[in-house]
Amino acid sequence: MANILELVNISKSFDNELILDELNLEIRENTFMTLLGPSGCGKTTTLRIIGGFTRQDSGQVLFQGKDITELPPNKRQFNTVFQKYALFPHMNVGENIAYGLKISGKSKSYIDSKIEYALKLVNMDGYRNRAVSALSGGQQQRIAIARAIVNEPKVLLLDEPLGALDLKLRQELQYELIRLKNELGITFIYVTHDQEEALTMSDTVVVMNQGYIQQMGSPENIYNEPENAFVATFIGDSNIIDSLMLRDRLVQICGTAFPCVDEGFGINRPVDVVIRPEDVILDEPGRGQLDGVVTHLVFQGVHYEMEVMAGGFEWLVQSTQIQPVGKEVSLRVDPENIQIMSKPASEDEEAMVIDA
Amino acid sequence: MRKRRLLTTPYLAFILCGTVIPLLAILYYALVDKNGSFTLSNLASVADPVHLKALGLSLLLAFFCTLICLLLALPLGLMLRKNGDKNRNMVIFLLILPMWMNFLLRTIAWKILLQRTGVINTLLGSLGLGRLDIINTPGAVVLGMVYDFLPFMILPIYNVMVKIDNSLVEAAYDLGASPAKVIRDVLLPLSVPGIISGITMTFVPAMTSFAISEILGGGNIYLIGNIIEGEFLRGGSRNVGAGLSMVMMIFILISMALLNKFDKNGEGTVV
Amino acid sequence: MKKLGKKLYIGLIFLFLYLPILTLVIMSFNNSERTTGIWRGFTLRWFREVFNSQQIMEAAANTLLIALASAVIATAVGVVAAVGILALSRRQRILILQMTNIPMVNAEIVTAISLMLAFAMFGISLGLGTVLFSHICFCLPYVILNVLPKLRQTGSVAYEAARDLGAGSVKAFFSVVLPDIMPGVTTGFLMSFTMSVDDFVITFFTRGAGVNTLSTLIYSQQKIGIRSSLCALSTLIFMLVLIILLVRLFLSGRSANNKQIKGGIGG
Repeated sequence: MANILELVNISKSFDNELILDELNLEIRENTFMTLLGPSGCGKTTTLRIIGGFTRQDSGQVLFQGKDITELPPNKRQFNTVFQKYALFPHMNVGENIAYGLKISGKSKSYIDSKIEYALKLVNMDGYRNRAVSALSGGQQQRIAIARAIVNEPKVLLLDEPLGALDLKLRQELQYELIRLKNELGITFIYVTHDQEEALTMSDTVVVMNQGYIQQMGSPENIYNEPENAFVATFIGDSNIIDSLMLRDRLVQICGTAFPCVDEGFGINRPVDVVIRPEDVILDEPGRGQLDGVVTHLVFQGVHYEMEVMAGGFEWLVQSTQIQPVGKEVSLRVDPENIQIMSKPASEDEEAMVIDA
Repeated sequence: MRKRRLLTTPYLAFILCGTVIPLLAILYYALVDKNGSFTLSNLASVADPVHLKALGLSLLLAFFCTLICLLLALPLGLMLRKNGDKNRNMVIFLLILPMWMNFLLRTIAWKILLQRTGVINTLLGSLGLGRLDIINTPGAVVLGMVYDFLPFMILPIYNVMVKIDNSLVEAAYDLGASPAKVIRDVLLPLSVPGIISGITMTFVPAMTSFAISEILGGGNIYLIGNIIEGEFLRGGSRNVGAGLSMVMMIFILISMALLNKFDKNGEGTVV
Repeated sequence: MKKLGKKLYIGLIFLFLYLPILTLVIMSFNNSERTTGIWRGFTLRWFREVFNSQQIMEAAANTLLIALASAVIATAVGVVAAVGILALSRRQRILILQMTNIPMVNAEIVTAISLMLAFAMFGISLGLGTVLFSHICFCLPYVILNVLPKLRQTGSVAYEAARDLGAGSVKAFFSVVLPDIMPGVTTGFLMSFTMSVDDFVITFFTRGAGVNTLSTLIYSQQKIGIRSSLCALSTLIFMLVLIILLVRLFLSGRSANNKQIKGGIGG
């Protein structure tokens, strides 16, 4: 698969504040790529630079190998689904969908059939003559998607399109977007701050913070093997513990040596350890690797969430088996569920804040 | 609830004495002659050639004034819109500030500026550009009207335009529209409420003004306002004046009703 | 190039709006009895003389007195009426709001003449009193249209909560409702004051002989030329307002900027 889009050394600042710093990103054809990060991380700016709405200070945007930096948005073969729908209030549903086709001078019969096709695709059959203001938020977003895809863009840009909708509708539309992507066979670039959304929908997730790409990979890869503390905290819940790498395949966590599968960190090196709460197994005292006491307990539907004080650290644990508060337990973690990460190299990286 | 309704009583008294009775007074004086007997001749006097000519000229000048204001205000609104909300307070401030100099004085200043030996003609002359000889002509009156009423066209248009969500503009670009088409298809249609209230706030005062034509027309240009003023304050017949006012008011009400048909949502804002 | 054209256009529009003002300011320093447009040398004389001219001082006093009185009365009557209007039935409310709209839509000259004829019909002789009454009438709509939306926003919930906590209806109004609608009340008051100061047409038709405001005084001199001292007074007023507004703009701009520092940039 070839790269359809490439961002080369893109930098951008607003009011002397650096938003993107020499960003490089390659986007393969026909993928569902998500830019994920807290607000202010530069993900929307990246999308707007691709769409042509914001101009980068330096660097290039390459589309199929050609530099399109100078191309205004109306000349780019992309279409955008905006966060707040941005439907034209003075046009009805059909006129909104037809707008791009009329601009490009398509015939009336072609436009007619395209409108019907698009309405069917987003499950809005029969809404053609409705006023935009008469639609619910979810319906408006479906129309916004229809309006974008009738133009057969090579790339569809989606800027937090589900952000304004309630949870149930959001989940419903997530599945529809995946279906649409598969039916249309085009590239989707999706911006969100919702990690669950990113993990559910994407082929590739790009985690961003403070204008840098923190990690890029498949959802499984991002979730199971976070490369740094930021990614680990931002994606799902996790225990991040200051630890000491004793030698290859052995790490000292909270004063206790745990076997693990990582190699090559050296001997007696400080590291961060990430352990997902569902990977901590609770057992009778003395039967695990580290003893402790349950301090909090919350029922969360699919599982119980507990906090266990053990070895001077408050462990977050998820389990389907209840352990009441005050009960003495023992923790155990399988070696392959211990993820070792190098300590951040500089103060600057340490300062990464999560505000989402 | 009943007691709270009574709070409207003083206001109702003002409406009765300050709006209803005065309008009935116009109606009464318009329908009687100076001896108090019923007549339609006051209303019919609008067909008098002098009056008809004044009415025609008023309509014509008000039309040009409104058109020029609109043509000046629309590009300005589009340009200022791009600067976004940031400068909004400053823009409104700059538009309202001139109103704190008495409008008659500002109009008289144009008389000084436009006169044959005035600043503008001296400047044009020294540049070898000839002279702008419009003082005491309908041209000067239109200029004065445009000057006085332009802020009332700009303000509502600007206020509506600045509130148009920029993502709509971006959406139109995104769908392939050129800058000109974005203006035609998105910005102008969404500015209609502002345009309508701008036209209302310009056309009516321009059509009924009498001070501007008096000052910049040098007493040669008779608009319907000048005729009415003359009937009342310069020894005419107050009955004829009332009749003409009546006709003018009906005319204005009809045109407002027609204009408001365009403004489907009634979103026009004064300030 | 396009940017330059844009700046030029905006600049020309504002030059057009401010050119006459600049002219008048210059004329008030001109060493000539009346404003003729011919420069006869610089003087500060008119700024002294304006306070010695009984005619100008009287007109200025009338203008200020009428503007203050009509703004205060219109605001009081308007706020009270707005509270009452919300208690009316839908039909009554629509009717009263349509009546409120009449003076705003109607031509000034028609409003002026209608008032003048009404005074004549009841044999009320024209004077300061008739001017004041007329000004209150045309200010009232501005108060009501500014207060009503604020009052609707506040709703009766706050008022009822205060009543529930034991406040009397008058006390509940002054302690809960009034602070909430204050911005609307202030705007209504300021608009009334401004409209009244700037009014010419209505004053012109409803004043009696010998009663002058600054507007009518200026109009009476327009043929022979405005006295330069009158120009000086207008310059003084304009400068005063300019300073007040600049201070306000600066203060509000600063608080707005503080709010804008965060959240200016999307994620």
